[in-house]
Amino acid sequence: MRYLLYVLPLVIFLGAGVAFWWALDSGRDPSRLPSALIDQPVPEFDLPPVATVPVPGLATADLVDTGQVTLVNVFASWCVPCKAEHPILVRLTEREGVRLVGINYKDEPEDAARFLDDLGNPYARIGADPEGRASLDWGLTGVPETFVVDAEGKIRYRHVGPINPPEVESVILPIIEEARR
Amino acid sequence: MIRTLVCLLAAAAVAALAVLPPALALMPDEILEDPALEARARALSKDLRCVVCQNESIDSSNADIARQMRLVVRERLVEGDNDQQVLDYLQARYGDYVLMKPPIKPETYLLWYGPAVVLVLGGLGAAVYLWRRPRAGAAPEPLSAEERARLRRLLDEEGA
Repeated sequence: MRYLLYVLPLVIFLGAGVAFWWALDSGRDPSRLPSALIDQPVPEFDLPPVATVPVPGLATADLVDTGQVTLVNVFASWCVPCKAEHPILVRLTEREGVRLVGINYKDEPEDAARFLDDLGNPYARIGADPEGRASLDWGLTGVPETFVVDAEGKIRYRHVGPINPPEVESVILPIIEEARR
Repeated sequence: MIRTLVCLLAAAAVAALAVLPPALALMPDEILEDPALEARARALSKDLRCVVCQNESIDSSNADIARQMRLVVRERLVEGDNDQQVLDYLQARYGDYVLMKPPIKPETYLLWYGPAVVLVLGGLGAAVYLWRRPRAGAAPEPLSAEERARLRRLLDEEGA
Protein backbone atom coordinates (compact mmCIF):
# COMPACT_ATOMS: atom_id res chain seq x y z
CA MET A 1 0.00 0.00 0.00
CA ARG A 2 2.72 2.41 1.08
CA TYR A 3 4.83 1.24 -1.85
CA LEU A 4 1.99 2.13 -4.24
CA LEU A 5 1.98 5.66 -2.88
CA TYR A 6 5.68 6.04 -3.66
CA VAL A 7 5.15 4.99 -7.29
CA LEU A 8 2.29 7.47 -7.75
CA PRO A 9 4.48 10.51 -8.66
CA LEU A 10 6.25 8.43 -11.29
CA VAL A 11 2.93 7.29 -12.74
CA ILE A 12 1.64 10.89 -12.88
CA PHE A 13 4.88 12.02 -14.48
CA LEU A 14 4.69 9.31 -17.12
CA GLY A 15 1.03 10.15 -17.81
CA ALA A 16 1.84 13.83 -18.26
CA GLY A 17 4.82 12.91 -20.43
CA VAL A 18 2.69 10.81 -22.75
CA ALA A 19 0.07 13.58 -22.98
CA PHE A 20 2.68 16.21 -23.85
CA TRP A 21 4.36 13.87 -26.31
CA TRP A 22 1.05 13.29 -28.03
CA ALA A 23 0.29 17.03 -28.14
CA LEU A 24 3.66 17.73 -29.77
CA ASP A 25 3.77 14.80 -32.11
CA SER A 26 0.22 14.18 -33.32
CA GLY A 27 0.28 17.09 -35.76
CA ARG A 28 -2.74 18.50 -33.99
CA ASP A 29 -3.04 22.24 -34.46
CA PRO A 30 -4.74 23.88 -31.47
CA SER A 31 -5.41 27.05 -33.47
CA ARG A 32 -7.67 25.10 -35.83
CA LEU A 33 -11.13 25.47 -34.43
CA PRO A 34 -14.06 23.23 -35.17
CA SER A 35 -16.55 25.17 -37.23
CA ALA A 36 -19.90 25.87 -35.65
CA LEU A 37 -21.48 25.97 -39.10
CA ILE A 38 -20.90 22.39 -40.28
CA ASP A 39 -24.20 20.83 -41.39
CA GLN A 40 -25.89 24.20 -40.97
CA PRO A 41 -27.60 25.99 -43.84
CA VAL A 42 -25.55 28.77 -45.43
CA PRO A 43 -26.01 32.11 -43.63
CA GLU A 44 -28.34 34.81 -44.90
CA PHE A 45 -26.40 37.29 -46.98
CA ASP A 46 -26.68 39.26 -50.20
CA LEU A 47 -23.55 40.74 -51.71
CA PRO A 48 -23.30 42.94 -54.81
CA PRO A 49 -20.82 42.11 -57.57
CA VAL A 50 -17.32 43.56 -57.48
CA ALA A 51 -17.73 46.76 -59.52
CA THR A 52 -14.96 46.07 -62.00
CA VAL A 53 -15.36 42.31 -62.48
CA PRO A 54 -17.88 41.03 -65.04
CA VAL A 55 -19.48 38.26 -62.95
CA PRO A 56 -22.69 38.57 -60.89
CA GLY A 57 -22.80 39.06 -57.11
CA LEU A 58 -23.49 36.36 -54.56
CA ALA A 59 -26.43 35.81 -52.23
CA THR A 60 -27.87 32.99 -50.13
CA ALA A 61 -30.29 32.12 -52.94
CA ASP A 62 -27.35 31.28 -55.22
CA LEU A 63 -26.29 28.50 -52.86
CA VAL A 64 -29.62 26.98 -51.81
CA ASP A 65 -31.21 24.16 -53.86
CA THR A 66 -28.76 24.59 -56.72
CA GLY A 67 -28.73 20.87 -57.48
CA GLN A 68 -24.94 20.82 -57.37
CA VAL A 69 -22.08 21.07 -54.94
CA THR A 70 -20.53 24.53 -54.70
CA LEU A 71 -17.19 25.62 -53.33
CA VAL A 72 -17.32 29.01 -51.65
CA ASN A 73 -13.91 30.63 -51.44
CA VAL A 74 -13.27 33.78 -49.42
CA PHE A 75 -10.34 35.67 -50.89
CA ALA A 76 -8.67 39.06 -51.18
CA SER A 77 -6.09 40.45 -53.56
CA TRP A 78 -3.93 41.60 -50.64
CA CYS A 79 -3.77 38.10 -49.23
CA VAL A 80 -0.64 36.24 -50.30
CA PRO A 81 -1.85 32.70 -49.45
CA CYS A 82 -4.90 33.41 -51.66
CA LYS A 83 -2.54 33.97 -54.55
CA ALA A 84 -0.82 30.69 -53.72
CA GLU A 85 -4.02 28.65 -53.73
CA HIS A 86 -5.49 30.36 -56.79
CA PRO A 87 -4.06 27.97 -59.44
CA ILE A 88 -5.48 25.07 -57.43
CA LEU A 89 -8.93 26.64 -57.51
CA VAL A 90 -8.60 27.19 -61.26
CA ARG A 91 -7.64 23.55 -61.72
CA LEU A 92 -10.53 22.35 -59.56
CA THR A 93 -13.03 24.19 -61.76
CA GLU A 94 -11.41 23.16 -65.04
CA ARG A 95 -10.57 19.51 -64.35
CA GLU A 96 -13.14 18.49 -61.79
CA GLY A 97 -15.95 20.70 -63.03
CA VAL A 98 -16.62 22.04 -59.55
CA ARG A 99 -18.82 25.11 -59.30
CA LEU A 100 -16.78 27.78 -57.54
CA VAL A 101 -18.06 31.09 -56.20
CA GLY A 102 -16.11 33.74 -54.32
CA ILE A 103 -16.49 36.29 -51.58
CA ASN A 104 -14.09 39.16 -52.05
CA TYR A 105 -13.11 40.13 -48.52
CA LYS A 106 -12.21 43.73 -47.59
CA ASP A 107 -10.79 44.51 -50.99
CA GLU A 108 -10.63 47.40 -53.43
CA PRO A 109 -12.56 46.63 -56.67
CA GLU A 110 -9.60 47.72 -58.83
CA ASP A 111 -7.21 45.48 -56.91
CA ALA A 112 -9.59 42.52 -57.12
CA ALA A 113 -9.96 43.05 -60.88
CA ARG A 114 -6.20 43.18 -61.37
CA PHE A 115 -5.76 40.04 -59.24
CA LEU A 116 -8.27 38.12 -61.40
CA ASP A 117 -6.88 39.53 -64.67
CA ASP A 118 -3.42 38.34 -63.76
CA LEU A 119 -4.31 34.93 -62.42
CA GLY A 120 -7.55 34.09 -64.25
CA ASN A 121 -11.08 34.13 -62.90
CA PRO A 122 -12.40 30.70 -61.89
CA TYR A 123 -15.38 32.14 -60.01
CA ALA A 124 -18.90 31.83 -61.43
CA ARG A 125 -20.05 34.52 -59.03
CA ILE A 126 -18.25 36.93 -56.74
CA GLY A 127 -19.82 38.87 -53.89
CA ALA A 128 -18.03 42.00 -52.73
CA ASP A 129 -17.75 42.19 -48.95
CA PRO A 130 -15.77 45.42 -48.40
CA GLU A 131 -16.68 45.65 -44.70
CA GLY A 132 -16.29 41.94 -44.00
CA ARG A 133 -19.73 41.86 -42.40
CA ALA A 134 -21.18 38.98 -44.45
CA SER A 135 -17.99 36.99 -43.98
CA LEU A 136 -18.46 37.17 -40.23
CA ASP A 137 -21.80 35.42 -40.67
CA TRP A 138 -19.79 32.62 -42.28
CA GLY A 139 -17.70 32.39 -39.14
CA LEU A 140 -14.64 33.63 -41.00
CA THR A 141 -11.42 33.94 -39.01
CA GLY A 142 -9.14 35.04 -41.84
CA VAL A 143 -8.56 34.74 -45.55
CA PRO A 144 -8.46 32.45 -47.41
CA GLU A 145 -11.18 30.10 -46.25
CA THR A 146 -13.08 27.63 -48.39
CA PHE A 147 -16.44 26.02 -47.74
CA VAL A 148 -18.05 23.02 -49.40
CA VAL A 149 -21.79 23.64 -49.78
CA ASP A 150 -23.99 20.74 -50.89
CA ALA A 151 -26.84 20.80 -53.42
CA GLU A 152 -29.41 21.80 -50.81
CA GLY A 153 -27.35 24.63 -49.39
CA LYS A 154 -25.88 23.03 -46.28
CA ILE A 155 -22.26 23.70 -45.33
CA ARG A 156 -20.51 20.35 -45.34
CA TYR A 157 -16.90 21.34 -44.78
CA ARG A 158 -14.78 24.33 -43.93
CA HIS A 159 -11.14 24.73 -44.79
CA VAL A 160 -9.10 27.42 -43.06
CA GLY A 161 -6.06 28.75 -44.89
CA PRO A 162 -4.82 28.03 -48.39
CA ILE A 163 -5.68 24.71 -49.99
CA ASN A 164 -2.64 22.72 -51.03
CA PRO A 165 -2.60 19.96 -53.67
CA PRO A 166 -2.28 16.96 -51.29
CA GLU A 167 -5.30 18.25 -49.36
CA VAL A 168 -7.29 18.54 -52.57
CA GLU A 169 -6.74 14.85 -53.24
CA SER A 170 -7.06 13.57 -49.70
CA VAL A 171 -9.73 15.84 -48.23
CA ILE A 172 -11.51 18.25 -50.56
CA LEU A 173 -12.34 15.94 -53.47
CA PRO A 174 -13.62 13.10 -51.25
CA ILE A 175 -15.84 15.56 -49.41
CA ILE A 176 -17.15 16.95 -52.70
CA GLU A 177 -17.85 13.38 -53.85
CA GLU A 178 -19.68 12.65 -50.64
CA ALA A 179 -21.69 15.86 -50.84
CA ARG A 180 -22.70 15.00 -54.39
CA ARG A 181 -24.35 11.79 -53.27
CA MET B 1 23.19 66.56 -8.72
CA ILE B 2 22.70 65.19 -12.24
CA ARG B 3 22.46 61.68 -10.90
CA THR B 4 19.67 62.71 -8.52
CA LEU B 5 17.85 64.36 -11.38
CA VAL B 6 18.10 61.23 -13.56
CA CYS B 7 16.86 59.10 -10.69
CA LEU B 8 13.91 61.41 -10.16
CA LEU B 9 13.04 61.34 -13.86
CA ALA B 10 13.22 57.56 -13.97
CA ALA B 11 10.99 57.31 -10.92
CA ALA B 12 8.51 59.70 -12.51
CA ALA B 13 8.47 57.62 -15.71
CA VAL B 14 7.81 54.41 -13.78
CA ALA B 15 5.06 56.10 -11.78
CA ALA B 16 3.46 57.37 -15.00
CA LEU B 17 3.49 53.84 -16.45
CA ALA B 18 1.78 52.52 -13.37
CA VAL B 19 -0.88 55.22 -13.39
CA LEU B 20 -1.75 55.32 -17.11
CA PRO B 21 -4.39 52.84 -18.30
CA PRO B 22 -3.15 50.12 -20.68
CA ALA B 23 -3.39 50.91 -24.37
CA LEU B 24 -6.85 50.27 -25.81
CA ALA B 25 -7.50 48.09 -28.80
CA LEU B 26 -10.83 49.84 -29.18
CA MET B 27 -10.73 52.57 -31.84
CA PRO B 28 -12.55 55.87 -31.37
CA ASP B 29 -14.66 55.28 -34.49
CA GLU B 30 -16.08 52.08 -33.00
CA ILE B 31 -17.48 53.73 -29.88
CA LEU B 32 -21.24 54.13 -29.71
CA GLU B 33 -22.83 57.48 -28.92
CA ASP B 34 -25.11 56.02 -26.26
CA PRO B 35 -22.92 55.59 -23.14
CA ALA B 36 -25.19 52.89 -21.66
CA LEU B 37 -25.01 50.77 -24.83
CA GLU B 38 -21.27 51.39 -25.08
CA ALA B 39 -20.78 50.21 -21.50
CA ARG B 40 -22.67 47.01 -22.30
CA ALA B 41 -20.60 46.58 -25.47
CA ARG B 42 -17.38 46.92 -23.46
CA ALA B 43 -18.57 44.40 -20.90
CA LEU B 44 -19.59 41.93 -23.62
CA SER B 45 -16.28 42.42 -25.43
CA LYS B 46 -14.48 41.18 -22.32
CA ASP B 47 -16.51 37.96 -22.43
CA LEU B 48 -15.81 37.23 -26.09
CA ARG B 49 -12.63 35.61 -27.29
CA CYS B 50 -10.79 36.79 -30.35
CA VAL B 51 -10.91 33.78 -32.67
CA VAL B 52 -7.40 34.14 -34.08
CA CYS B 53 -5.59 34.92 -30.82
CA GLN B 54 -5.20 32.04 -28.42
CA ASN B 55 -6.45 33.61 -25.24
CA GLU B 56 -7.34 37.25 -25.63
CA SER B 57 -10.70 38.93 -25.43
CA ILE B 58 -11.86 41.00 -28.36
CA ASP B 59 -11.73 43.95 -25.98
CA SER B 60 -7.95 43.76 -25.76
CA SER B 61 -7.04 42.35 -29.17
CA ASN B 62 -5.80 44.47 -32.05
CA ALA B 63 -6.56 41.75 -34.60
CA ASP B 64 -8.63 42.73 -37.59
CA ILE B 65 -11.24 40.10 -36.84
CA ALA B 66 -11.49 41.26 -33.22
CA ARG B 67 -12.34 44.76 -34.43
CA GLN B 68 -14.92 43.24 -36.76
CA MET B 69 -16.44 41.36 -33.86
CA ARG B 70 -16.53 44.45 -31.66
CA LEU B 71 -18.43 46.23 -34.43
CA VAL B 72 -20.90 43.35 -34.67
CA VAL B 73 -21.46 43.38 -30.90
CA ARG B 74 -22.36 47.06 -31.17
CA GLU B 75 -24.48 46.48 -34.26
CA ARG B 76 -26.52 43.81 -32.43
CA LEU B 77 -26.92 46.05 -29.37
CA VAL B 78 -28.15 48.94 -31.50
CA GLU B 79 -30.64 46.55 -33.11
CA GLY B 80 -32.02 45.93 -29.64
CA ASP B 81 -30.54 42.54 -28.73
CA ASN B 82 -30.05 41.78 -25.06
CA ASP B 83 -26.63 40.67 -23.82
CA GLN B 84 -27.40 36.96 -24.05
CA GLN B 85 -28.68 37.33 -27.63
CA VAL B 86 -25.42 39.03 -28.64
CA LEU B 87 -23.38 36.18 -27.14
CA ASP B 88 -25.66 33.61 -28.82
CA TYR B 89 -25.28 35.39 -32.14
CA LEU B 90 -21.51 35.06 -32.10
CA GLN B 91 -21.59 31.58 -30.59
CA ALA B 92 -23.78 30.39 -33.48
CA ARG B 93 -21.08 31.52 -35.91
CA TYR B 94 -17.87 30.76 -34.06
CA GLY B 95 -18.82 28.00 -31.63
CA ASP B 96 -18.15 27.75 -27.90
CA TYR B 97 -14.57 28.89 -28.41
CA VAL B 98 -15.72 32.48 -28.80
CA LEU B 99 -17.00 32.58 -25.21
CA MET B 100 -14.33 33.39 -22.64
CA LYS B 101 -16.40 31.42 -20.14
CA PRO B 102 -17.11 28.01 -21.66
CA PRO B 103 -20.66 26.67 -21.22
CA ILE B 104 -21.18 23.83 -18.74
CA LYS B 105 -22.01 20.67 -20.68
CA PRO B 106 -20.74 17.06 -20.78
CA GLU B 107 -17.68 17.95 -22.89
CA THR B 108 -16.63 20.64 -20.42
CA TYR B 109 -17.42 18.81 -17.15
CA LEU B 110 -13.74 17.91 -16.79
CA LEU B 111 -12.79 21.55 -17.31
CA TRP B 112 -15.29 22.90 -14.78
CA TYR B 113 -15.29 20.17 -12.15
CA GLY B 114 -11.77 18.75 -12.64
CA PRO B 115 -10.10 21.22 -10.24
CA ALA B 116 -12.72 20.51 -7.54
CA VAL B 117 -12.17 16.76 -7.97
CA VAL B 118 -8.40 17.22 -7.68
CA LEU B 119 -8.88 19.37 -4.57
CA VAL B 120 -11.14 16.76 -2.93
CA LEU B 121 -8.73 13.93 -3.77
CA GLY B 122 -5.79 15.93 -2.42
CA GLY B 123 -7.77 16.82 0.70
CA LEU B 124 -8.63 13.16 1.28
CA GLY B 125 -4.98 12.18 0.85
CA ALA B 126 -3.87 14.86 3.31
CA ALA B 127 -6.57 13.85 5.79
CA VAL B 128 -5.57 10.20 5.64
CA TYR B 129 -1.92 11.11 6.11
CA LEU B 130 -2.60 13.36 9.09
CA TRP B 131 -4.98 10.82 10.66
CA ARG B 132 -2.47 8.00 10.52
CA ARG B 133 0.48 10.03 11.76
CA PRO B 134 1.29 9.29 15.43
CA ARG B 135 0.00 12.08 17.64
CA ALA B 136 2.64 14.57 18.67
CA GLY B 137 3.03 14.63 22.46
CA ALA B 138 1.69 11.11 22.91
CA ALA B 139 4.01 9.29 25.34
CA PRO B 140 6.04 6.54 23.64
CA GLU B 141 5.36 3.04 24.86
CA PRO B 142 7.78 1.92 27.58
CA LEU B 143 10.43 -0.60 26.60
CA SER B 144 9.72 -4.26 27.20
CA ALA B 145 11.96 -6.31 29.51
CA GLU B 146 13.61 -7.94 26.50
CA GLU B 147 14.37 -4.58 24.86
CA ARG B 148 15.77 -3.24 28.11
CA ALA B 149 18.12 -6.20 28.38
CA ARG B 150 19.29 -5.67 24.80
CA LEU B 151 19.89 -1.96 25.39
CA ARG B 152 21.94 -2.75 28.49
CA ARG B 153 24.04 -5.23 26.51
CA LEU B 154 24.76 -2.67 23.82
CA LEU B 155 25.68 0.03 26.34
CA ASP B 156 27.97 -2.37 28.20
CA GLU B 157 29.73 -3.29 24.98
CA GLU B 158 30.36 0.35 24.21
CA GLY B 159 31.67 0.96 27.71
CA ALA B 160 34.09 -1.97 27.54
